[in-house]
Amino acid sequence: MAPLSIEPVKRLRRTLAGETAPVLLFLAFALVPILAAHGAEAYILDVGMRVMIFSIAALGLDLIVGYGALISFGHAAFIGIGAYAVGIMAASGIGDALVAMPVAVGAATVFALATGALSLRTYGVYFIMITLAFGQMAFFTASSLAPYGGDDGLTIRARDTVAGLPLLASDQALYYVALACLLGCYILCRALVASRFGRVFRGARENPVRVAALGFDVYRYQLVAYAISGALGGLAGFLLANETEFVSPAYMSWQRSGELIIMVLLGGLGRLHGAIIGAIAFILMEEWLSGVTEHWKMIFGPFLVAVVLFARGGLIGAWTALAARLRP
Amino acid sequence: MSTGLLLVQTLNGLQLGVLLFLIAAGLTLVFGVMDFINLAHGVQYMLGAYLAVMFYGLTGSFLAALVLALAAALAFGLFLEFTIFRHLYGRDHLDQVIATFGIILFLNEGVKFLWGPAPLTLPIPELLSGSIVLMPGLLYPVWRVVVIAAGLIVAIGLYLLVNHTRVGMLVRAGAVNAAMVSALGVDIRRLFMVVFGFGTMLAGFAGVMIAPILSVEPGMGDTILILAFVVIVIGGIGSIRGAFVAALLIGLVDTLGRSFAVDVLRLVMAPAPARTVGPAIASMLIYLLMALVLYLRPAGLFPAGGR
Repeated sequence: MAPLSIEPVKRLRRTLAGETAPVLLFLAFALVPILAAHGAEAYILDVGMRVMIFSIAALGLDLIVGYGALISFGHAAFIGIGAYAVGIMAASGIGDALVAMPVAVGAATVFALATGALSLRTYGVYFIMITLAFGQMAFFTASSLAPYGGDDGLTIRARDTVAGLPLLASDQALYYVALACLLGCYILCRALVASRFGRVFRGARENPVRVAALGFDVYRYQLVAYAISGALGGLAGFLLANETEFVSPAYMSWQRSGELIIMVLLGGLGRLHGAIIGAIAFILMEEWLSGVTEHWKMIFGPFLVAVVLFARGGLIGAWTALAARLRP
Repeated sequence: MSTGLLLVQTLNGLQLGVLLFLIAAGLTLVFGVMDFINLAHGVQYMLGAYLAVMFYGLTGSFLAALVLALAAALAFGLFLEFTIFRHLYGRDHLDQVIATFGIILFLNEGVKFLWGPAPLTLPIPELLSGSIVLMPGLLYPVWRVVVIAAGLIVAIGLYLLVNHTRVGMLVRAGAVNAAMVSALGVDIRRLFMVVFGFGTMLAGFAGVMIAPILSVEPGMGDTILILAFVVIVIGGIGSIRGAFVAALLIGLVDTLGRSFAVDVLRLVMAPAPARTVGPAIASMLIYLLMALVLYLRPAGLFPAGGR
C-alpha cells in the first residue's frame, strides 16, 4: 500500500516541489511564539517581529532590485513614512489600525509614485543616486518635524486598536499579524513576478529597448512595480511603529537603506524568499555579534566583504554551490 | 542679512566647496575610469584626520603630521586596492556597494576601537592660528583661508595634470572608454592603481586640512561621502571640471541655504512657520538641486564625453 499515491496528496506534493525553503521558513516563523513561551519570550518575540518587518521591506526591495535591476538606495524612506503616518495620526488622536494601516501604506505609495516618476527617467548609477537623494529629503523632513519630536523622534502612547478593540496590545497578537502580513506580501510578490505584468517587468531588466519595441511602455511597468515596492515599505513602517511604539528619523537614514540592500543581497537576489533569509541572517547576526563584542561591526564588515567576494548569489547561492559539490 | 555675514558665509561655503572637491576628485576619477562605486572613499577622509592627530601626537609638528598622514593614507588606500577592490572591478554595482559598505562598517568601528568614541582635536599650526580682518570689526580665521587656498592650488594642479600630461590624457581617455584604452596597449590596471592611490591621498589630505576645524570622530566620513556623491553626480561622473564646479555650487548652496533660509522664507510667510520650515528646506536644498539637475540633464552638468 502506498498512501502517498492518493491523488490530492500527489497534487499537493507537485505544488510543493521546490518550495521546501519558503514552506519551512513560514513554518518556523509560525512556531517561534510557541517555542518562545519556554524562554526569554519578550526578547524572542521582539527579534522575530523585527525580522518579519524588515523581511517585508526587503521583499519589496527584492521585487525591484532582483527582478527589475532598479537599485533603490532610499528604501528606508518608505518604512519611515509608514511609521511616521502611524505616529502622527496617533499624536492627533487617530489610533485605529483600520485607518492607520491604509494611510501608512497609501502615504508610502504616493511618495513612491511621485519620486519614482522622476527617478525612473534616469538609469543605472544615476538611479541609485537620485533615490538616495529622495531618501535624504525624507530624512531631513522628518528631522525638522518639530511638533513631532524632530531629531529625537516621537513616542507613541499605545499600539493601534482594531475597530476600537485593543487586539494588537499583546506581543503574540502583533507577531501573528506581522506574520500574516509577511505571508500575504510574499504570495502577492510571487503572483506578481509570475504574472504577465511580471514577465514584462523582468523582460525590461534584460533589455528595455526590446521590451519597448514589443509595444510595452516600460516606464509605466517600472513605475507600478516601484509603487508596489514602496507600499510594502509603508506596511513595514506601520508594523514597526506599532512594534516599537516609537518613530524616529533614524528609520530613514541612508545607512538603513544600505542595510536593506544588504539583506536582499545576503539572502540571494531575485528569489523573494532570499530577501527573507537575508533579513533573518542580518538581524540574527547583529543580535548575536553585538552580544559577543561591542565592536561587532569590525566582524560584520569583513563578513560582508567575504560574502561579496566568495559567495556569489548570497547565502542561497553558497548553499546551492555547496550542495552541488557534496553530491556524488 | 548684513553684507558682513554674507561675506563670511560665502567664504565658509567656498571652504566647504574646496573640501568637497578634494574628496570628489578622487571619487569621480575612480568611478569614471573603472566604473567602480567606492563608498569607502569617505572613510579615507576620516582616516586622514585620525592619522594626522596620531602623528601630531608623536612628532608635535603639523607639517610632519601632514606628510606622514598622507603617506600612510596612500599606503592604506593601495593596500585596500590590492587586497579587495581589485577583485570588484568587473562586478555588479550592487556587489561594490555592499563590499565597500562593509569596509565602512569595519573602519568606523576600527577607529572607535583604536582611538575611542570621543571626538579628538588637532590644534591649528601656531603660525596660521590668527585671524585676518575682512572689514573693520569683521575677523576671519587664517586657517580657513589656508584651506581654501590649498584646495584651489590642488584644483589648478589637477587641471594641469589631467589636461596637459600624458597620464592625464590616459585618465581622460579611460573615463570615456576604458576598454578601448586597454585595447590600445595601456596597462589600465596600473593606471587605475595610480588614479586610485592619488584619489585616496586627496581624500586623506582633505581630512588632515579640516581636522583643526572639525572634531575628529568616527562616522565623520559618512556625511561628507554622501555630499561628495551628490557633487560627482551633479558634475557628471568622470569629469574633474564638473566635480570642481559642482563642489563649489554645493558648498555655497548648502552653507548659504543654512544661514539664510529662515530669513528668505520670512519674506513670504509668518516668522513662526518660517523657523520650522527653514532648516528643513535648507538641509534638503542640495538634494533638490541634484534631483533637478538629473531631471533636466540625466548625465550631469559636464558628462565625460562619449557617454
